[in-house]
Amino acid sequence: MKYVNEFRAKDLAKKLAKQIAREADPSRTYNVMEFCGGHTHAIFRYGVQDLMPENVKFIHGPGCPVCVLPIARIDSAIELAEHHRAIVCTYGDMMRVPASKKKSLIKSKAAGADIRMVYSTQDALKIARDNPDRQVVFFAIGFETTTPPTAVAIKQAQAEKLENFSVFCNHVLTPAAIQHILQSPEVRQIGSVSIDGFLGPSHVSSIIGSAPYAYFAEEFQKPVVIAGFEPLDVMQSTLMLTRQINDGRFEVENEYTRVVTPQGNKKAQQLVSEVFELRRLFEWRGLGDVPYSALQIRQAFADFDAEKRFVITPSTGRDVKGCECPAILRGAKRPTDCKLFGTVCTPDNPQGSCMVSSEGSCAAYWSYGRFRGAKTKSVKKAQVA
Amino acid sequence: MNKISSRFPTRLKIKNGYVDMTHGAGGRAMAQLIDELFVRHFDNELLAQGNDQALFNVNSGRMVISTDGHVVSPLFFPGGDIGSLSVHGTINDVAMSGAQPLYLSASFILEEGFELAQLEKIVISMANAAKAAGVPVVTGDTKVVERGKGDGVFITTTGIGVVPEGLNISGLNARPDDAIIVSGFIGDHGVAIMSSRENLEFETEIVSDSACLHDLVADMVAAVPTIKTLRDPTRGGLASTLNEIAQQSGVGMQLNEDDIPLRPEVSAACELLGLDPLYVANEGKLIAICRRQDAEQLLKTMHNHPLGQHAAIIGHVVEDDLGFVTMETSFGGNRIVDWLAGEQLPRIC
Repeated sequence: MKYVNEFRAKDLAKKLAKQIAREADPSRTYNVMEFCGGHTHAIFRYGVQDLMPENVKFIHGPGCPVCVLPIARIDSAIELAEHHRAIVCTYGDMMRVPASKKKSLIKSKAAGADIRMVYSTQDALKIARDNPDRQVVFFAIGFETTTPPTAVAIKQAQAEKLENFSVFCNHVLTPAAIQHILQSPEVRQIGSVSIDGFLGPSHVSSIIGSAPYAYFAEEFQKPVVIAGFEPLDVMQSTLMLTRQINDGRFEVENEYTRVVTPQGNKKAQQLVSEVFELRRLFEWRGLGDVPYSALQIRQAFADFDAEKRFVITPSTGRDVKGCECPAILRGAKRPTDCKLFGTVCTPDNPQGSCMVSSEGSCAAYWSYGRFRGAKTKSVKKAQVA
Repeated sequence: MNKISSRFPTRLKIKNGYVDMTHGAGGRAMAQLIDELFVRHFDNELLAQGNDQALFNVNSGRMVISTDGHVVSPLFFPGGDIGSLSVHGTINDVAMSGAQPLYLSASFILEEGFELAQLEKIVISMANAAKAAGVPVVTGDTKVVERGKGDGVFITTTGIGVVPEGLNISGLNARPDDAIIVSGFIGDHGVAIMSSRENLEFETEIVSDSACLHDLVADMVAAVPTIKTLRDPTRGGLASTLNEIAQQSGVGMQLNEDDIPLRPEVSAACELLGLDPLYVANEGKLIAICRRQDAEQLLKTMHNHPLGQHAAIIGHVVEDDLGFVTMETSFGGNRIVDWLAGEQLPRIC
């Protein structure tokens, strides 16, 4: 795999690891929050944490689109399929996320609802074309990266006069979420989470550019390095953050220059702003209601907005009792701090959203790092004894 | 030729015909389907006798039996189809005890409306696979379900075989320090199936590795009769199969990612689809666990067989009460290799 394996080279990784160890000041800690689930996944899959010195730690952020969707929105998707008898099309990971009343899309499908897994918006459009007598709803989720394809689908549906197609829009925005974390009481008042710097999202930034992070780097005095998703990217970016922290700088730097520019992809941005507008308030799992943190479909395309086409009952669904997903998504707790982790909550039987997607912290902990958690626990016990 | 004396006045219309409910009803139509399709192509004496069971002599010793249902979608995929797969899958399950497979039985669940021409294609493919393996299909069953209640055809095969004297092969036998060997490139089958799925077609040269492994196994057990464990990593892939064995034997495993044979095309396809090749299904690969001192000889034997050319030692069994499978990544870190969670890809075999 040309242009992929180069970013996974062991020798370079070892060199970078040495460099980080050399430059990291042993008298302090470096808490680096990787916002994106893609980074979380890379860190665990390649064992990046093993290569870091003891005092450089990754804190996993809320950047997994499946994880941050509140239970109420999944309830609504289920309602569209069960009550409104629509064909609901969704990305695979969404299927297993727990909803209210012990339901999930996959369970609802088994019980007879027409819920289909798709790989792209184009699949959903095809299903709409093939089933002209059925309502077809695309359950749109994701950060800035997945928004342009949804915009394209809506425009395409309009051009084709595909009247049975609509979009249940749940697209969310990265900068608003990072800012919200930095303003959360845990970070601001209690000081229980000390975040020293951010690994900024790579694919998201390829759309929005690196400029939108400048404001909060300045406002909250935290450095940001836009990092690619390959393990070497993560290490190089961590080195860059270490240097900024050592120098007391808080700039937005771009490690992922092979894709990201300061201004981003103008064409995609235009497309998105043509179809979507800011939503005044949107609930995030773990962060609560965050102002202007999500998108909704503009009036001009209202015909394709599932929230306008169907009457959806507002759900009051709440997370499973004891589930720490909210605190984990804010970086305030680690998956192993949750009582449900590894007991009733496993990837085979997820109780919270973070245990579902491979980008979720809990699933990553369980799948790739479980043994490390077990070791830490036994060490703690030994110390107490 | 006297038409009146013939069992069936007209031949089964395979070219433009369809499976209908009478083909499973037990009457003349079913008898004709069995005669002109199954008996004709499977072509062996035991089946031709027309009994509801196959009768044969047994030698003394230990026998094994294994059964496997096949529901793969699509029915035809690069490198195989449901027919050949249903032969390979069961023969492999029998062979993983070290046994020489002897006979197969086959149960067909057909959906009303399924094209007879397609069915014949599948049966011929199955017959060819059985002939090539030297393991005949000697008894069978046919049922038909109403349209919409099946998906064309489901095939369940059962195989029996005889285990040579002196072998003790089981998932319970892995011990610390044993070597873990895989017989070749992993993930080919899963990626080949995925590439031919209707909603996901992508251009690839990858074909399924679907193959019978009993011949390779015969060479292996002849060269190294002390082999401890054999298993074919089908659904759930290499990762899940190793976890199964680790649990069964109460040991851990340490793998080295760099040593796991993986085609660049499969690796690239997995990258694209967000799959981990360790969890992708195989249909013509096996995992062997043997004493460290036997590993080189076993590997040499495998390299001399066409189905074991790319065999490699991928790691070792270690002591671990928790039964974890861990892996040093190509990147130099360590990660756990857990069981497959949920469904990576439905209806793969």
